[in-house]
Amino acid sequence: MYRYDEYDHTLVLERVAQYRDQLQRNLAGELSDDEFRPLRLQNGLYIQRHAPMLRVAIPYGMLSSTQLRKLSDIGRRYDRGYGHFSTRQNMQFNWPRLEDTGDILAELATVEMHAIQTSGNCIRNITTDPFAGVAPDEIVDPRPYCEMLRQWSTFHPEFAFLPRKFKIAVSGTLEDRAVTYAHDVGLQLYRDEKGEVLARVIVGGGMGRTPILGSVIHDALPWQHLPTYLDAVLRVYNRYGRRDNAYKARIKILVKAIGAETFARQVDDEWQLERDGIATVTQAELDRASAAFTDPDAPLRPASDEGFDAKLASDPAFARWVSRCVRGHKRPGYRAVTLSLKPTGVAPGDISCKQMDALADLADRYSFCELRVSHEQNVVLADVALADLYELWLGARAHGLATPNIGLLTDIICCPGGDFCSLANAKSIPIAQAIQEAFENLDYLYDVGDLELNISGCMNSCGHHHVGHIGILGVDKTGSEWYQVSIGGSQGNLTSLGDVIGPSFAAEEVPAVITKLVETYVEQRTPEERFIDTVRRLGMAPFKAGVYGESTKKTEVIHG
Amino acid sequence: MAELIRGTEVVVDDWTWVRLPETNEPVRKSAGKVVLFKLTGEPAASEDVIAACDFPAGKVLLPLSVWLRRRDELATRADKGEIGVWLDSHEEPAVLAESLGGNLNRLPLIGVNFPKFIDGRGYSIAFILRTRYGYRNELRALGDVLRDQMFFFHRCGFDAYLLRADQKADRCIGALKDFTTPYQTSTDGQPPIFRRRSAAGDRP
Repeated sequence: MYRYDEYDHTLVLERVAQYRDQLQRNLAGELSDDEFRPLRLQNGLYIQRHAPMLRVAIPYGMLSSTQLRKLSDIGRRYDRGYGHFSTRQNMQFNWPRLEDTGDILAELATVEMHAIQTSGNCIRNITTDPFAGVAPDEIVDPRPYCEMLRQWSTFHPEFAFLPRKFKIAVSGTLEDRAVTYAHDVGLQLYRDEKGEVLARVIVGGGMGRTPILGSVIHDALPWQHLPTYLDAVLRVYNRYGRRDNAYKARIKILVKAIGAETFARQVDDEWQLERDGIATVTQAELDRASAAFTDPDAPLRPASDEGFDAKLASDPAFARWVSRCVRGHKRPGYRAVTLSLKPTGVAPGDISCKQMDALADLADRYSFCELRVSHEQNVVLADVALADLYELWLGARAHGLATPNIGLLTDIICCPGGDFCSLANAKSIPIAQAIQEAFENLDYLYDVGDLELNISGCMNSCGHHHVGHIGILGVDKTGSEWYQVSIGGSQGNLTSLGDVIGPSFAAEEVPAVITKLVETYVEQRTPEERFIDTVRRLGMAPFKAGVYGESTKKTEVIHG
Repeated sequence: MAELIRGTEVVVDDWTWVRLPETNEPVRKSAGKVVLFKLTGEPAASEDVIAACDFPAGKVLLPLSVWLRRRDELATRADKGEIGVWLDSHEEPAVLAESLGGNLNRLPLIGVNFPKFIDGRGYSIAFILRTRYGYRNELRALGDVLRDQMFFFHRCGFDAYLLRADQKADRCIGALKDFTTPYQTSTDGQPPIFRRRSAAGDRP
């Protein structure tokens, strides 16, 4: 993975010094809370319901075992012994003390980490496919490009005070695993017939209050031009994005207001200022960045392993785990493994410091000391030998990291919600837990099969509810918590936004509603059909009837 | 008393910054040449206010609207180098450039106002003035000009800073050097990091 050189080290240390000074001035009353707020946010620090929350950047989700051990160390010393992986592939600590935050950032800097631009109205952490570099369907390894863009976006002097936050996702695969159509900017990397890397630039997607899929504004941008072209995108947005209303300030609103074509023309016009200029990336820089993401020095292995086959045949629990949590790999004899952070009874994405240490050990032993965080809030070990899978499984299971539910209904994406977040309208973690409890029967869960269920505690959509096959959104109705349910959303190449099924529900009704949706699917499905396919084929009506009963149908007739 | 930093020195300000009284009259927000339907309440001055605007002899830094409407009567003073123009964060550099036949360097001073420090439009305005229009004279940050943004101001092309009254000038000058090796290029002449890396002979 990418290692800091002296420039990176210097910048991060200077940032720690700058932040310490700002924090000191704030504590001394020289810097008002209002003026400190955007500064601390750009260092990942929120003031939350119970305490500050510190969001640590994990650039494009890649983490070394050394870094994970440091996160564990910080969790023990400054928090309550655990951390939370967010849907932006970052880690959040929910209980640090404001006074300690400068020290925590200094600790992070010792392992080439920071919390820069993890919040605030600036360019946020860039996300990508957690299987980057190992996926069999990969066309372009997105990580060198992500790293170049990380450097381009860090402390960008022109775009530190945008109308609103700005999120970029990059993918380089046949199947989009980075939700590129639901980001402020999505970049899909591919190759032309000569093998040159091009980017399809998608702008103006997003979830939140106004979910919109992005529009393609450039279909074939050569990679060298990514920074200058993105400068142009950001400049148009910085100048013309709305600043009078935070809910209408994302780039998607601007793109919608003036139209994608007009927006693209303005970007192109702006781009001419810098095009082919000094910021155009050189081959030498791409080579330098790419050198950081070569394949690990892994021995060649046979494509099959007798020991593995034997365990698969003799141990059904292992076989079940393999069927859900192990994916193909571009090199023979290796697999990519997803370790679930979604066992029943734990907030999705939460991980104890003890588990972090265990994970770091597993990464050292079985996956070349590296890990990735997925936007589904799980952890990926990307380079595991087929012959090591059984031992890895035993080791992971011993620490509660082998729940065989990846891609199943209980692998819920969920924001921290009203238990922690001061923005939330409603709690989300207890809803996730109640649903997990309702679907504890593994056989049934496996029979139901692939089903993505996403929960957000408010319209900010940190839990990506719009693109869940089933989405749940916490809403506030006259001071009490209600939940709106939608179906038909999806990520991937057929990205779509879900539709709300009808009036919202009280918290205790939600598990039964999900059960009815699933029962309707099981009744109506054809063989091999996934939940989302059935919803696409049949539409809303049978699911609505399943949940609200015949009376809803009658009402619909009456109202025409 | 608001202090002025020019380059890295505190200097006496020989310009008078002229502002119009605030009105509540909104203007339509435009995105380039496209006028957005929604009004977003940017401040704008009425013709009466512009006509009544009074300013002293000597060097004056005028609002764009006053410059545009009263150019003829200001011509002589402009030739003497006594007129500077400032843009508010929603105003268009293109409009100013057009009024000067495309040659912004006829002005000795352009100001850009930051009504609030979180309004980052001024950074892009500065970048555009320096690059698209090749403006080379003094570019002054006005308004909510605070220590913690000095580094960004400088990188985007500002070379003068009229500090908010409560700011300490020595601290603000120090903050120009918060970071020594920025990653990306801007108008301050720093090449992007990858060109500096290869020049320094770092690993390929």
